[in-house]
Amino acid sequence: MRRFSWFNITSLTLGFAFLYIPMIILVIYSFNGGRLVTVWAGFSTKWYGELLSNEDFLNAAWVTIRVALATATLATILGTLAAYVMIRGGRFFGRTLFSGMVVAPLVMPDVILGLSLLLLFKVMFSSAGMMTVILAHTTFTMCYVSVVVSSRLVSFDKSLEEAALDLGATPFDAFKSVTLPNIAPAVVSGWLLAFTLSLDDLVIASFTTGPGATTLPIKIFSAVRLGVSPEINALSTIMIGIVTIGVISFSLINKRQVAQRLRDEKTAEASA
Amino acid sequence: MNLRRLLLIGVPYAWLLVFFLVPFVIVIKISLSDIALAIPPYTPTLELSEGWQGIKGFFAQLDIDNFTFLTTDPLYVKAYWSSLQIAFISTALTLLVAYPMAYGMARAPEEWRATLMMLVILPFWTSFLIRVYSWMGILGKEGFLNAALLWLGLIDEPLTILNTNTAVYIGIVYTYLPFMILPIYATLEKLDDSLLEAAEDLGCTRTSAFWRVTLPLSRPGVVAGCFLVFIPALGEFVIPSLLGGSDTLMIGKVLYEEFFSNRDWPVASAVAVVLLLILVIPIILFQRNQQKQLEADQ
Repeated sequence: MRRFSWFNITSLTLGFAFLYIPMIILVIYSFNGGRLVTVWAGFSTKWYGELLSNEDFLNAAWVTIRVALATATLATILGTLAAYVMIRGGRFFGRTLFSGMVVAPLVMPDVILGLSLLLLFKVMFSSAGMMTVILAHTTFTMCYVSVVVSSRLVSFDKSLEEAALDLGATPFDAFKSVTLPNIAPAVVSGWLLAFTLSLDDLVIASFTTGPGATTLPIKIFSAVRLGVSPEINALSTIMIGIVTIGVISFSLINKRQVAQRLRDEKTAEASA
Repeated sequence: MNLRRLLLIGVPYAWLLVFFLVPFVIVIKISLSDIALAIPPYTPTLELSEGWQGIKGFFAQLDIDNFTFLTTDPLYVKAYWSSLQIAFISTALTLLVAYPMAYGMARAPEEWRATLMMLVILPFWTSFLIRVYSWMGILGKEGFLNAALLWLGLIDEPLTILNTNTAVYIGIVYTYLPFMILPIYATLEKLDDSLLEAAEDLGCTRTSAFWRVTLPLSRPGVVAGCFLVFIPALGEFVIPSLLGGSDTLMIGKVLYEEFFSNRDWPVASAVAVVLLLILVIPIILFQRNQQKQLEADQ
């Protein structure tokens, strides 16, 4: 049985303090009554009120959510297809180029992706807006989805699919009733990842957006460029809260499913 | 090849061709064009209606003036150089912070690991922009750090940290820390304890067992983590624009301003092409490292 050593406790404590203190300060000071950011002027929720009555922010939030929903869904479909093609696709013409294109956006700087997509959209469309942001976000997030899904596909036994095919299933049926249920957790993670990446993106969105499609990060960026703002603290707190609840509940559900699967496997072994 | 297979491969393939590869071709093309007072603001544009003559004229007009401009204007050379420097220093700092954490996680009792893992991943799901922003209130002249240091009596006058390169380092270390911790943790967790016991049996002290066994075996994770931090840090835009000063030159910021403030599309494209050429080397090295690790795992 392993125990914590003092050295490890110290490094973990300091490390996590570094990771979390800035966000904790942000959350605490979002309830500060004064406008000055570092002087505590009593507890107040007035910045939340001000934030919620600010229509610009609400509109931007609504645009961002719609973009992220559309992006995540499109990216999950395309990314899962791409992962399937890479892992199970066998040989086909231009395979190297294909896998290169799937991985490259992961390591490409945002500014380059944003610039190149903007230049493409200028040629393709007469005006930019929500649609161009969705297309841009789908392109870079589908690569993250495909990485997540392909790591699951690699570990998933191919002979199960082959068994389904031998037993007379069509390739589509085999995919739908054998492959998909098995990779479902990865597909869900991929969707969530794409959704968050889209919510979060500033650079690519500012290149590819158009009038009427200001996303929340663009709005936040222009508000904080000149300094700290209490409304943004309130907004950050809301966002941190949502993410924390989301991540914790997702990991709890996941844990329960893993436990369930282990139990099932044990029962199966016992009865075999 | 049947139709279903063609569709299966064709859909994601076509998407990536249109939205990833074609844009790059356009960037390269515009980087070879000249700025013009027109819509679009560059020349030449491809006039297919003029047939063969049009295509020939188009290629004749392309030149590498923008690239020679980049080498003659010291701003760009400096920006590339200082981006490399900042990315390099921040990667080293991130490694120094991340390694002890990953080590502590890998040596933690089994039942703690999932929680520690979640604590590392949680900030990754929170908005990047907000995490960078949170440092603005800490590092400013009247920020928390200065207030705390003054109160402790460690300094007499507030330090200037915000809007300097130091703030950029802190920002990069902070935001990219999970990318460094996770690969290192993955290699350390797989490490067989009996190797360390063997080293100790053979007369190694604990410290030298770390330097001679643990550290070399965690190298693939360290290398992967360093690339995962270095590559995006090189083209970083948000961190230098929020935490850096006006003298913080990073190429991502230069590109953004060249495009949006100066509206010089050809030069912005040339900046992007050169940045990409610089990135090709670390990206290829990274891919090779990943490939090697995959093969070692199998």
